[in-house]
Amino acid sequence: MPRTAPHKIELKKQYLYSILSVLLVTAICYGLTPYLGYRVVALILLVTVSLIAISFDIWPVLLSAALSAFIWDFFFIPPHFTIHVNSTEDAILLIMYFIIALVNAVLTYKIRQVEKLARLREEKAKAIKLYNTFLNSLSHELKTPIAAIIGATDNLQAGNESLSEENKEQLVEEIAKASFRLNQQVENLLNMSRIESGFLKPRQDWCDISETIHEVVRRIEENNPAQPVSIQLHPDLPLCRLDKVMLETVLYNLLINAVRYSGPQSAIAVIAACYADTLELTIEDNGPGFPTEEINYVFRKFYRGTDNTTSGTGLGLSIVKGFTEAMGGTVELSSPTGGGARFTLRFPGAASPVKLH
Amino acid sequence: MNKPGILVIDDEAQMRRLLDITLQTNGYLVTCAATAKEGLIQAANHPPDLVLLDLGLPDKSGQDVLKSLRQWYTNPIIILSVQHDEEAIITALDNGANDYLSKPFRTGELLARIRSAIRTFNTEEGEPIIGGPDLEIDLTARTVKRNNEPVKLTLTEYSLLALLARNEGKVLTHQYLLRAIWGPGFISQSQYLRVFIAQLRKKIEKDPNRPEYILTESGVGYRFINNS
Repeated sequence: MPRTAPHKIELKKQYLYSILSVLLVTAICYGLTPYLGYRVVALILLVTVSLIAISFDIWPVLLSAALSAFIWDFFFIPPHFTIHVNSTEDAILLIMYFIIALVNAVLTYKIRQVEKLARLREEKAKAIKLYNTFLNSLSHELKTPIAAIIGATDNLQAGNESLSEENKEQLVEEIAKASFRLNQQVENLLNMSRIESGFLKPRQDWCDISETIHEVVRRIEENNPAQPVSIQLHPDLPLCRLDKVMLETVLYNLLINAVRYSGPQSAIAVIAACYADTLELTIEDNGPGFPTEEINYVFRKFYRGTDNTTSGTGLGLSIVKGFTEAMGGTVELSSPTGGGARFTLRFPGAASPVKLH
Repeated sequence: MNKPGILVIDDEAQMRRLLDITLQTNGYLVTCAATAKEGLIQAANHPPDLVLLDLGLPDKSGQDVLKSLRQWYTNPIIILSVQHDEEAIITALDNGANDYLSKPFRTGELLARIRSAIRTFNTEEGEPIIGGPDLEIDLTARTVKRNNEPVKLTLTEYSLLALLARNEGKVLTHQYLLRAIWGPGFISQSQYLRVFIAQLRKKIEKDPNRPEYILTESGVGYRFINNS
């Protein structure tokens, strides 16, 4: 399994480091033999094994325990360079040494196992909580438009005489809006599963960035006429090699977020510029922005701002990140303390050397 | 004619617009509020005849709004929510909601629940006879007739039926029924309730497997509907 591979390499290194540190300490002690009694050496070796036990797995620790016991016996207990032990006292000391080193290793290992278990449990509980929040908001996001569609059709079908022509038009309009919203939500879910599946393959082709931006902004403004979006394009933007559909989704999600979260009367802008072969797109608003401590979390799946009162599923920005990275780009959020949010997308190597104009 | 006033508290603009048209064209005066704060202010300024309350509000939980309203507001409150979890429903009913509907709901159902809630509230002072010729419950004489034939009920059966009938149209939770009929020590003994509801249905329903009077609200409780 690919997951255990890095662990194995590390384990090999652990064996190596354990052996090396025991040998190193042995060498130092051996050099100091004239000044140190051999019993003190046992304690020094024991400390070494204990230090190894703090950060290494159980097997390297056991190895270093056994190795150091052998070394102590062979090099330090008289007669030297034999495993033979002369006095009973020394024999007892050797056995005690070995037992203490073993107990040390096992206890440290057990403590770490317990810690690991507790950490895993905590992570699992967090994941479950996040997932439940997601399910709640998803059912809200899906059921609200469905409720609107069912309600509106019920009204239209009931043939109520007090329903004016204007009312009927309004109801049809509600159905259209709800269907659009539902479609958007389903689109997000499908995009998320595409990203999750790991088979996301962008179909990179030459795109006219200006055209794409204008298309997306038109879609946003049609549904949110109260919030105009200003477009600032560098005069000679080259063609860029990107997946047009993905880029549209990325821009749409960022803009719809700006519209939803920055509040009415906010200024929203899309800025496109090109530096050498890097395309840079910036979407900014002057809404409340993001708290500094949340900036690192906003692109995570299901993550939703802590002080937010608008409904949503927490998928939009994780799709932005997933798609941008699939196209070889990066996304960055900056939010100064005074308010406002700025998302910067960079696509290195996407811009063609040929200018459009 | 005096139109009954309904206050809609829902954060979704689309739901407000839809409920506005639905209720107005069905003869109600409608006011809408998008937040808990706005809703509480409007309810206090012009107490409506009924409140439609969404549980998922941005500024405050719907349950808290319900509690604040119930400190002084006695007219019916119906919960509209996408949360279909039984615990939330039971909590809302315990907090004083008269009824609940989960979204999406059928318009006919919503209108029926509104009519029933307003009617029950207006007749609460005690019409002694509930029902019609098919099923008649006389609360003064403590008798029950089906198709004009007297039905023999045990004391517990009668108390249960009378309690449900007095709260016509309203969901009564398992806990509430157990406490009211058997006492506070019995609130976890839901098997009692199931046995007695089954017995009652055998005696008063045409087809006990497809009840028309005592309806089950899965995981929550029972509701009496006056079909006579």
